Amino acid sequence: MTDASMTPATAPKKKSSLLVQDARTRQRNAAETRFRMFGMAAIGVGLLFLVFLFTSILRSGLPAFTQTVVEIEFTMTQEQFDTAESKMLKTGEYQKIFVNALTEQLDASGLDVAFDGKAIERIVGKPGGTIRSFFLENPDRIGTPVSFELAASSRVDGYMNGRITRDTLVDSRFLMAADLDLVDALEDAGIVKGAFNWNFITGTDSGVDNPGGAGLGASVIGSFFMMLVVLFLSLPIGVAASIYLEEFAPKNRWTDLIEVNISNLAAVPSIVFGILGLAVFIQFAGFPQSAPLVGGLVLTLMTLPTIIISTRASLAAVPPSIRDAALGVGASKMQSVFHHVLPLAMPGILTGTIIGLAQALGETAPLLLIGMVGFVAREYPETFLGGLTDANSAMPAQIYTWASRADPGFYEKAWGGIIILLLFLITMNAIAVLLRRRFERRW
Amino acid sequence: MNDMRIMERKVDTKEVKIAAKDVQVYYGDNHAIKDVSVEIEDKTVTAFIGPSGCGKSTFLRCINRMNDTIDICRVTGDIMIDGEDIYNPKVDPVQLRAKVGMVFQKPNPFPKSIYDNVAYGPKIHGLAKNKADLDNIVENSLRRGAIWDEVKDRLHAPGTGLSGGQQQRLCIARAIATEPEVLLMDEPCSALDPIATAQVEELIDDLRKSYSVVIVTHSMQQAARVSQKTAFFHLGHLVEYGETTTIFTNPVDPRTESYITGRIG
Ligand SMILES: Nc1ncnc2c1ncn2[C@@H]1O[C@H](COP(=O)(O)OP(=O)(O)O)[C@@H](O)[C@H]1O
Ligand SMILES: [Mg+2]
Repeated sequence: MTDASMTPATAPKKKSSLLVQDARTRQRNAAETRFRMFGMAAIGVGLLFLVFLFTSILRSGLPAFTQTVVEIEFTMTQEQFDTAESKMLKTGEYQKIFVNALTEQLDASGLDVAFDGKAIERIVGKPGGTIRSFFLENPDRIGTPVSFELAASSRVDGYMNGRITRDTLVDSRFLMAADLDLVDALEDAGIVKGAFNWNFITGTDSGVDNPGGAGLGASVIGSFFMMLVVLFLSLPIGVAASIYLEEFAPKNRWTDLIEVNISNLAAVPSIVFGILGLAVFIQFAGFPQSAPLVGGLVLTLMTLPTIIISTRASLAAVPPSIRDAALGVGASKMQSVFHHVLPLAMPGILTGTIIGLAQALGETAPLLLIGMVGFVAREYPETFLGGLTDANSAMPAQIYTWASRADPGFYEKAWGGIIILLLFLITMNAIAVLLRRRFERRW
Repeated sequence: MNDMRIMERKVDTKEVKIAAKDVQVYYGDNHAIKDVSVEIEDKTVTAFIGPSGCGKSTFLRCINRMNDTIDICRVTGDIMIDGEDIYNPKVDPVQLRAKVGMVFQKPNPFPKSIYDNVAYGPKIHGLAKNKADLDNIVENSLRRGAIWDEVKDRLHAPGTGLSGGQQQRLCIARAIATEPEVLLMDEPCSALDPIATAQVEELIDDLRKSYSVVIVTHSMQQAARVSQKTAFFHLGHLVEYGETTTIFTNPVDPRTESYITGRIG
């Protein structure tokens, strides 16, 4: 306080009106308004990006959930079956039966389009094999009408959902412009139609030239087993480490060092964990390649720092007065932690764990390094243990594999896979919010 | 009126419960308690008074070794309870704290039900053989904490939902549920309104029958009302200790007199 600043206080005070804002107030209000505008603009931009992101994901990904099918019903007589089985080229014979049945159906509906077996092959591939194996497995169905739903080729599928038009189509051995007339005719006859693509959800990865048969199911199972490993390793280890560090460990140079290193680990790029996993778990410890067990171990290493940091934060947020209260009635340190501190920290711990799991679920790079690439996911594991050790992929790695394939049919599969992955992530985050609500307590 | 109570109270000599000798407490380099020696009697209310930061709480926390939980805190000297050195390495502080209960400045009930708050101590010390036994302990403790009538219909409501004064009495009930021999209270009324304060003071006076009570207080009136012995702390020193009546009417040390008359504090 200098004398100069004291003088106004001693001078007679001017009366000011509350109805007139003075310059300082106006300035402050203007600054506040400006700040609020900035905030709203920032949120607006964020929301805009989000809307853009979701519409583009949905637009590109939803077609993956429908599949154009050729539905045809015909009766295989015993005679036909026997002749076909006696031939050298058996599936070719079935192919002929199929084409005949198709021709009959088209004729019956009064449509007259010329087509040959090659065109059929371009539209539904070679259905002979499918038909033969069906009747071999179900010999009792011979002689009764059977309805087949055959997946159309990816080009036809693209034509049906607008990815390919007559203008963009270049004649190739995959699809000719003339075939499109046939497709139109078949569609009018109700033989070609769109159906929900269950195979996309329950199926496994297909070959590089068969996007229509590609499914995410096996990778979902791979991700599931990895998450099991991550949950059962990182939650107990992470929570135990945090409790020790936060409640029991003396504060000295060693614990400081550990603390700094844990924070640093959280920032290590995931690909580093991948190469570490390759070196340690596969090359050194000899675990099988591409196994969800190894993926889970690598992701556990990645998730631990996240869980430890969030658990320590929620332990530190429990008021010390609760610990004093417990110690004051003669509880031991461990009783005070397990009876009072931990229950209060639970919502934070669970939230941190689920967010860590969600991060791990979306992680791709380390999985590619340990061989959990998409094309490995060819079949479902047969046993529970097999789920851990059999070669498999995971959702994000599968999506990555699809996105890098040449056939444009895989493009929409990749987007469709992203929709499923996002559904899982949103579910997990919703569970985190619910758990927090459920366990939240006041003190 | 308060003065009258002091005058008419007859103080008889009792056996020593807590004996401290040459106690020093350091927080790192900060020498917070200097050469404190004091003998606290059984079945007596002893008040610690003194200006803020003079070390009252620190000394109180030495008596149940709550200072052990502060990393930088170091205690030297002897503190004996019933002739046993509580800083002897063989003494388990957990066992000690069951014997020396504590009530904190800020009411700190567990975020659990009222019942569980009181039942927690007896449970972990195995004081109840069965549920009926435990119910009994809880009811008795709440009655002695002068809060039974207010909470008997909502024993399973959260303890944190009570008013500040009720919470503090719940904390007192919780402390006496473990049947301690010494009860330490660190400014138990500083967060309470006058009515709640009066209730707690009445309670303290009642507790004197069975416990040795040590209470830290900022209010001279409170010390005069509830205590038989008073210790005046100043800058880490125990300046004066004696009969409450003497301290308030006829202090020996000039610092005590200044504090009591409101010149330092
Ligand atoms: N946890 C602590 N860490 C470091 N210093 C402390 C701590 N608690 C108290 N002190 C110091 O010890 C001295 C006495 O404090 P305290 O016992 O709380 O005083 P009072 O209860 O009489 O107000 C003060 O100088 C205070 O700064
Ligand atoms: Mg204090």
